[in-house]
Amino acid sequence: MDVPSADAVLDARLKRLETELRCLVCQNQTLADSNADLAEDLRREVRALAVEGKSDAEIKAYLVARYGDFVLYNPPIKSTTWLLWGGPFALLMGGGVLWWIVLRRRAARPQVAAASNASDEARAREILEEAEPPVSAK
Amino acid sequence: MKAVRWSIPLAIFIILVAFLWVGLWRDPREVPSPLIGKPAPSFALTELHQPSQTLTNSDLKGKVWLLNVWASWCVSCREEHPLLMRLAASKVVPIYGLEYKDDPGAGRAWLAQNGDPYTASIVDRDGRVGIDYGVYGVPETFVVDKQGVIRYKQIGPLSLEALQQKILPLVRELDK
Amino acid sequence: MIPELGHFALILALLVALVQASVPLTGAALDEPRLMSVARPAARTQALLVALAFGCLAWAFVSNDFSVQNVASNSNSELPLHYRFAATWGSHEGSLLLWTLMLGGWSFAVTLFSRNLPPPLLARVISIMGLISVGFLLFLLLTSNPFDRLIPPAAEGRDLNPLLQDPGMVFHPPLLYMGYVGFSVAFSFAIAALLGGRLDATWARWSRPWTTVAWSFLTIGIALGSGWAYYTLGWGGWWFWDPVENASFMPWLVGTALIHSLAVTEKRGAFKSWTVLLAIVAFSLSLVGTFLVRSGVLTSVHAFATDPARGVFILAFLAIVIGGSLALFAWRAANVGLGGTFGAMSRESMLLANNILLAVAMASVLLGTLYPLFLDALNLGKISVGPPYFDAVFYPLMAPAVFLMGVGPIARWRRAPLPELWTRLKWALGVGAATALILPFVLGRWSPMIAFGLFLAAWVFAATAASLVARVKGSHRGGILSALRANSLSYYGMLLAHLGVGVFIAGVTLVKGYEVERDVRLDLGENVAVGGYEFKFLGVKPGPGPNYRALTGTVEVRKDGRLIETLKPEKRIYNVSGQPMTIAAIDTGFLGDLYVSLGEPVSGSVDNIAGAWGVRVYIKPFVDWIWMGAFLMALGGFLAVSDRRYRLAIGRRAAAVAAVAPAAAAAD
Repeated sequence: MDVPSADAVLDARLKRLETELRCLVCQNQTLADSNADLAEDLRREVRALAVEGKSDAEIKAYLVARYGDFVLYNPPIKSTTWLLWGGPFALLMGGGVLWWIVLRRRAARPQVAAASNASDEARAREILEEAEPPVSAK
Repeated sequence: MKAVRWSIPLAIFIILVAFLWVGLWRDPREVPSPLIGKPAPSFALTELHQPSQTLTNSDLKGKVWLLNVWASWCVSCREEHPLLMRLAASKVVPIYGLEYKDDPGAGRAWLAQNGDPYTASIVDRDGRVGIDYGVYGVPETFVVDKQGVIRYKQIGPLSLEALQQKILPLVRELDK
Repeated sequence: MIPELGHFALILALLVALVQASVPLTGAALDEPRLMSVARPAARTQALLVALAFGCLAWAFVSNDFSVQNVASNSNSELPLHYRFAATWGSHEGSLLLWTLMLGGWSFAVTLFSRNLPPPLLARVISIMGLISVGFLLFLLLTSNPFDRLIPPAAEGRDLNPLLQDPGMVFHPPLLYMGYVGFSVAFSFAIAALLGGRLDATWARWSRPWTTVAWSFLTIGIALGSGWAYYTLGWGGWWFWDPVENASFMPWLVGTALIHSLAVTEKRGAFKSWTVLLAIVAFSLSLVGTFLVRSGVLTSVHAFATDPARGVFILAFLAIVIGGSLALFAWRAANVGLGGTFGAMSRESMLLANNILLAVAMASVLLGTLYPLFLDALNLGKISVGPPYFDAVFYPLMAPAVFLMGVGPIARWRRAPLPELWTRLKWALGVGAATALILPFVLGRWSPMIAFGLFLAAWVFAATAASLVARVKGSHRGGILSALRANSLSYYGMLLAHLGVGVFIAGVTLVKGYEVERDVRLDLGENVAVGGYEFKFLGVKPGPGPNYRALTGTVEVRKDGRLIETLKPEKRIYNVSGQPMTIAAIDTGFLGDLYVSLGEPVSGSVDNIAGAWGVRVYIKPFVDWIWMGAFLMALGGFLAVSDRRYRLAIGRRAAAVAAVAPAAAAAD
């Protein structure tokens, strides 16, 4: 954690940006939270760039040019990540189709179910008659 | 025919296991450099042993060279140091040191104590050149060709294997 | 001596587990009662032996036996007693032994509460659990022996990781593992059913309580982990979509789907193959989670020290167990047959949609967690997938499921006409909409996200209430009280759990929407105003702890000039490891937390403490509702399981069997 500046708006923007960036040393922390030396250096760089007037996208591009996509916690949308970003949506569509198909199948089979119910009922009656002691025996 | 859809979970699982198997032999912590094949970022830094002199990357154009990132506080650097000394003695390729986020006095003392394999060392006090090179740990070693393009990055200490199988063949190739 | 005893106990346990895994299974296949009856004693003996081994390891920790490698690496004589005990499971080996202990415990429980299970089913269930035990015991003995000696013994231990020296460490792993491992029971029931070829409502009734209890424990375990991270890591976060967190969350998602699917199978005989698949997948995800944490395949703050040999073993184990189960599923599930019919608008169709949504959510989390690995394995580069991705993907998937959660309890089985649903739920919708529109303004700020979250939470509360109202109205009993009493505990368990979800959503929405964070540098005596409160920094003082040196800050909190609380955040340096820790000071409240942690001293050196310090202040409204909601969910689960139907049904069935037997004998 660095000593914050007087400009609260800049600080808030930087904080938001830094929570989307990954610390390369303590790889399970965001750039905002890490206490690693490199993280402090990079926060300093990010702040300098922001003060220069660079946008969030430009700052991210600066870091990606040096460290690769690894530094972004929000994976970029490119050809290698289509499956990642598109996957959940495709799965949802697939799930919807599955739901529809299952419902249609159920609706199309009431006869079959009724038939098996009838035979089940007959069998159930048999079993019950077996289980209950016949009236004559004591 | 009916069996096909019941086998889908199994099929997905087999693919998953294949990936997990490959993953066992990868290092998830390693961050490959996006600078391979790109021009080495420019720098102009003072030399460690001659503080009045400045070395820039354009000074080094026209030859193949190694950039080794090191520091006196770096423990793993001791691991690779004997290899670096041997490499320097063989005079195959000049090695330039980037003294990273270190006190120059401590750096000079360390080299005096352990041997100096570097043709020259430059001082990156605040680590900004390191950031430009995508340095995220010490030691790291870059191979730069005659046109000043980065061709290889070694993450972590140099190993004999890496030297023999990757770096030296590459240097020979680039030297032609 | 004692460590060797523990080691020996593990070896014996393995041998017994081999018997447990093979003999009853064979007995079930050959219909041999004598072989099948080996199940109970084998399972119990195995469980007791593992417990003995665990006891030996715990003894080694508590008595500071540094001749045991594991103790020397993970403990220290200055460590307080309860942490020395918890350190038993603080390492890879120890936690694996805990896993195996839990598995033994659940197996033992199955032998106790299965009086009226048909012997072949019990035999198969116990054998499958035995197979899993064999795998874990082999893993322990071959690659991860917790009883390895250190020769010569260390004079002192390397200390438990300071991050783990916390009450969270005492409770989180055991409760989490109770959940993880508990799904093995549902899994074993599923495999047993596939093997036996019989899958019916009775099977679902047997499986259900086991699954619900495991799910409840897992809920608590995950909640504890989240709460622990919140107060221990110093920056007020409570969920990071870290790979290991995801590894525990995915079984939870599937477990939730499983509970609901089992309900349908029990009551309507439908969803049979779907339920079996969910049971297999839930436990498979537990195993995959175990793999991910211990193999080094993914980076995580939770990961244990890694070793490719261990990774290979677990992967092979995974491949056999999960691959085998899914192959069995592929072969046998088709014969399981279709259950009762239902219409497009019915409770069944909604539960089906709910399950599909949960499964898609799980698949998405899995995709995001493993995607970096996929790309790396295909040499397509290295990327990171973090909270921005998961948040973007998860919330839209869960929103419809939460909405359905309000409709489901109102919908009838088989046919739930839309007009009837509308009549019952229209005022709940109104309450939800009104809350979404108005409440954010009251709280200070309106945004679409906050409004939507509050809509869902209010909808859940209102729709749950509507369900209860509908039940009371539709009841033929006179009087509200007797109408209420007529409902089963199972029903109230469901209501409570659903309410818990609503509370959880409210907490997440409100804290994300309204939390305030300020990083400031404060001189001695300086004030900062945050969120209506005044925080006054009164300096930092050094002081000793049991096994650490602490710098304790004092921050006074005032509202409208009145002193509310004095918070004491700490910075600790642990003696043995030298590792620093930031301990936040939190004023916990029903309506929100005040959270203060120390940053760095402005002068740069921790030894110069007299000057100004960086201080982090957070206002976290309603954050505790997150964990309260989770506990309500778990409580609902436990309540549902205590339903008399489960106990009575067991008794009634026993009486029926007893009545039939002599009658049948007499009739011969």
